[in-house]
Amino acid sequence: MKLKKNIAVSETGFIFDPTSGDSYTLNPIGMEIVTLLKEGLDLEVISGRILEKYDVEKGVLERYLYDFFGQLKQYQLIEEDDER
Amino acid sequence: MMKDEITIAVSGLNNVDSPGPGIPVVRGIRDSEYFEPRIVGLVYENLEPGAYMHDHVDKSYKVPYPSEGSGVLMERIRDIHAKESIDVLIPNFDSELYAFMKSEPELKRLGIHTFLPTLQQFEERHKSNLPEFGEKYKVKVPESRAITSIQEIKELEEDYEYPMVIKGKFYDAFIAYSFEQAQIYFNKIASKWGLPIVVQQYIRGTEVNVVALGDGRGNTVGAVPMKKQYITDKGKAWGGITLDDPKMLDLTRHIIGQTKWRGGMELELIRTDKKELYLIEINPRLPAWVYLAVGAGQNLPEALVKLALGYPVETFTAYTVGILFIRYSYDMICSLQDFQSLTTRGEL
Repeated sequence: MKLKKNIAVSETGFIFDPTSGDSYTLNPIGMEIVTLLKEGLDLEVISGRILEKYDVEKGVLERYLYDFFGQLKQYQLIEEDDER
Repeated sequence: MMKDEITIAVSGLNNVDSPGPGIPVVRGIRDSEYFEPRIVGLVYENLEPGAYMHDHVDKSYKVPYPSEGSGVLMERIRDIHAKESIDVLIPNFDSELYAFMKSEPELKRLGIHTFLPTLQQFEERHKSNLPEFGEKYKVKVPESRAITSIQEIKELEEDYEYPMVIKGKFYDAFIAYSFEQAQIYFNKIASKWGLPIVVQQYIRGTEVNVVALGDGRGNTVGAVPMKKQYITDKGKAWGGITLDDPKMLDLTRHIIGQTKWRGGMELELIRTDKKELYLIEINPRLPAWVYLAVGAGQNLPEALVKLALGYPVETFTAYTVGILFIRYSYDMICSLQDFQSLTTRGEL
């Protein structure tokens, strides 16, 4: 899963999609996940990194992560190849 | 660099909640590095704000409504020209374009330059001719029909589903979810803008727009796509952001290339969830949000003036993506003398 190349993400957690003109704001943990996505890491590695850093159960984290990635897909922020 | 001192007459100075493009066009021209303009405002109403915006407009004259006939309008233009020596005239209302296009040879003879669409271009992009336009130029358009009676809406129900879009021939558009609503909008628009009324199939998606300038030979001098961020109850953009959408630009170049569009234009498009672009309207002039294009690096009003004067114009190849315009309202304090002058003498 990759963020579209032209998506702009600021340090403050502001996302701008220049094709649709839509913008979104991320909370700090959302920002961390999107930063890891931008580095090209896959879901498993991202999940591992968050588990290392935060006191959270794996099952709970995965549920929230899938929801979050679902939202990114819904907002068309993910490369189309990944959507198939 | 020495700037060209020229006099430019501009209409559409109604900077109200449904603003005309006059003041944004003037701002673009005033930003120019080539021109030192004297701006002459052509106003239809005593309270058009632009007439009182002396930083933007040097002198204003009342002009008769185009509905009074192009002869009366041209007579007034000749009077104003005798005082002001107008070099370039930029009409900014759809409703006056026909009169000025018809008078183009005379304007030229007087030494007043314009850069307007041809009558054919103007006519074939009419809302009522959109289906034929789409077919001729291979552009996706919603189905639509021009009607002159409420009864025809009932007949259309066999072909179209609600919601339907009810549009005036020049301005205004409403989405009707039932026959009762369609009837109300039909009457409302007909009493304001006359007949026919255009009924359009509703296309679900996001409205996006392009401001563009064609050189009349098929080349796109500049084009900037935008999405409205905030829309007023009159459907006007109160905020918008520039987009990076190559498909919108390709479509714009296709339309300008095929029609050999001459002058400014605004494309109103719907982008569906499948990312198809439907053309819902072509406005045959620069839109009120044109200053966003100037801010994004394409001074289209300045380029329009150059084209009118026959100067060489370079094609814009880039613009800044992701910049916004946010409109605001502002109370000017005006003297009674100014108001009195425009009301009684027809000039300010």
